[in-house]
Amino acid sequence: MDVLKIATAGSVDDGKSTLIGRILYDTKSLTSDKLEAIEKTSKSKGYDYLDFSLATDGLVAEREQGITIDVAHIYFSTAKKSYIIADTPGHVEYTRNMVTGASTSQAAIILIDARKGVIEQTNRHFFINNLLRIKDVVVAINKMDLVDYSEETYNAIKADFQELMAKRDYQDQKITFIPVSALKGDNVVNKTDKTPWYTGPTLLEHFEALDRKDIFNVGTPRFPVQYVIRPKTEDFHDFRGFAGKVYGGELSVGDEVVALPSQTKSKIKEIYFHDKKYQTASRRSSVTITLEDEINISRGDMLVKVDEMPTIEKQFTATISWMDSNKLTTGKKYVVQHGVNKVLAKVDNIHHKINPDYSGIDTDVDGLGMNDIAQVTFKLNKPIFYDKFKDHRTNGSFILIDTQTNSTVGAGFIS
Amino acid sequence: MSQDTSHINALENEAIYIFREVAAQFERPVLLFSGGKDSITLVRLAQKAFWPAKIPFPLMHIDTGHNFPETIEFRDRLVEELGLELIVRNVQDSIDQGKVKEESGRYSSRNSLQTTTLLDAIEEFKFDACVGGARRDEEKARAKERIFSVRDDFGQWDERNQRPELFDMLNGQIELGQNVRVFPISNWTELDVWSYIKEEEIEIPSIYFAHKRKVFLRDGLIWSHSDYVYQEDDEEVLERMVRFRTVGDMSCTAAVFSDATDIESVVEEIRDSSISERGARIDDKRSEAAMEKRKQQGYF
Repeated sequence: MDVLKIATAGSVDDGKSTLIGRILYDTKSLTSDKLEAIEKTSKSKGYDYLDFSLATDGLVAEREQGITIDVAHIYFSTAKKSYIIADTPGHVEYTRNMVTGASTSQAAIILIDARKGVIEQTNRHFFINNLLRIKDVVVAINKMDLVDYSEETYNAIKADFQELMAKRDYQDQKITFIPVSALKGDNVVNKTDKTPWYTGPTLLEHFEALDRKDIFNVGTPRFPVQYVIRPKTEDFHDFRGFAGKVYGGELSVGDEVVALPSQTKSKIKEIYFHDKKYQTASRRSSVTITLEDEINISRGDMLVKVDEMPTIEKQFTATISWMDSNKLTTGKKYVVQHGVNKVLAKVDNIHHKINPDYSGIDTDVDGLGMNDIAQVTFKLNKPIFYDKFKDHRTNGSFILIDTQTNSTVGAGFIS
Repeated sequence: MSQDTSHINALENEAIYIFREVAAQFERPVLLFSGGKDSITLVRLAQKAFWPAKIPFPLMHIDTGHNFPETIEFRDRLVEELGLELIVRNVQDSIDQGKVKEESGRYSSRNSLQTTTLLDAIEEFKFDACVGGARRDEEKARAKERIFSVRDDFGQWDERNQRPELFDMLNGQIELGQNVRVFPISNWTELDVWSYIKEEEIEIPSIYFAHKRKVFLRDGLIWSHSDYVYQEDDEEVLERMVRFRTVGDMSCTAAVFSDATDIESVVEEIRDSSISERGARIDDKRSEAAMEKRKQQGYF
């Protein structure tokens, strides 16, 4: 495995930026000019410690407010792996950013302030990471230095969090607790002698040990066709290659496949990556596939194995994360982008809103506002080929596009 | 025939996926080519994305006239070898037309003037997608840039109102007059790019390798001695072994002292380096928020 993307979540003062800054500092990923800038700014603000949060806070407006407001990406690598941290804000109104950051991540960190314990925000962060079915989650109990590295405090918070875990929908999610102090650098990259009662890995050690099987769910292979390559040159006169990315599983030369929506059968003739032929296209590789038979396939179509058909329907019910200031209401029309396929959709029924803090559902709904999460049924103008999100993270998810503004206004997870 | 494709880097798969989305979702895409290592890497990735077909869009270079001559020679050779279409638009023309004014003095550069020439060219050719080699690790403001980043009629970036990007799905729907900036190597680091150049044996301009050059020192940076770079009388010209980590204009790109004359030693040097790549970009040093301000105005 080469790249691991980690979503971070925490409330405004949990020290999330400090934690990321600490990771960068202890892995020697901060370059001398960046470190110098941090030292200079920390000094001018009158701090007697290094304000690592300055390593990550991006835009001017944010720097002025002193809080992060969007998804920022931070990069570092060890000898073993390249890491991308999606730094997403933790306050209530930014559910949309957390969902966005989590959607492309394979692991997550939930930060808890040891002085405050599990708060409403913690519930939200956990809810979203669980909704997005992130397989590996670390609960980092931070600011241990401010509670005298107390094992009792740590255990009490852990017990509170475990109560929350009982309510989760995705029970197979792996959760690891680690006591840390981002400010002092305890158990972040390096082990500390301040918590002799804790024998587990440090935060970085935990991520270093993750394997492909720890972060990816195995599903059925799906091949959405992005683009048809027809060179029409002398050497490749009859070449018709279907370019796309393989999701969920593998496809091999000789596999019997069905093209959707036409339901025409054929066999995989060749698999190319650039100009080289391969026997098998591994999951998440961007390949070009040719078929034994000449069948009509265009962008948005999908190749699947004959005995592994997805659901083909003109309607579905999904959990929606709404991301726009204009309300979603019954009867409204949107473009559903499902992978690379687009269809027109109409809101048929908003069943209920789901409170993302595990406090239950709300059935009296007249529309969805920014950051709402709800169960919604859509009717489509033509069928799509989908799996349930719990079975297939890629083929079970979609985005909603506003037909007027062209903005991405929501994300959906098919139930 | 090799066994499977699992050895292929996730970043390479992602970049190829993005290129295919560009070709499928837009009418008139263009690849912005600076002659630098990042845009050369983009060309290689685009070749891979569409093989055995040719890259289905042209390259465009916004030429400040202050480029390193090595870069221009390299550009012309690459385009010819690969049979690509190249469009060149000149900052000098924008100056002659009175649209922009040449800067003067100690820190003068044509770097920020490029924006006007670029926006004019986008309008002239009605480009709806401009692919660039910017990376999120380069600079703090870039860390929040999307892969598909929508610009309005004035080329402006509204960082507060960006489209969320979920899973692999890229939303390229725009109105007439708008365009999208696309960054296929967003998630690559400087070391990733160099390692890729090494593995793929991609040819890059000679100025990326250590060579003897006439330079002078100012503000702790190494400046090229050239007609295009303002130099005080008391700034002494030295001849030193240097190389460049980024290739912008001669007036905004500082060199680093180096003995790395081949790709292996460059990769080694980057691995050990304690100065960030943009630390040698004079245009960023102007102020901490320099990049963000330029981006809002339509800079690439």
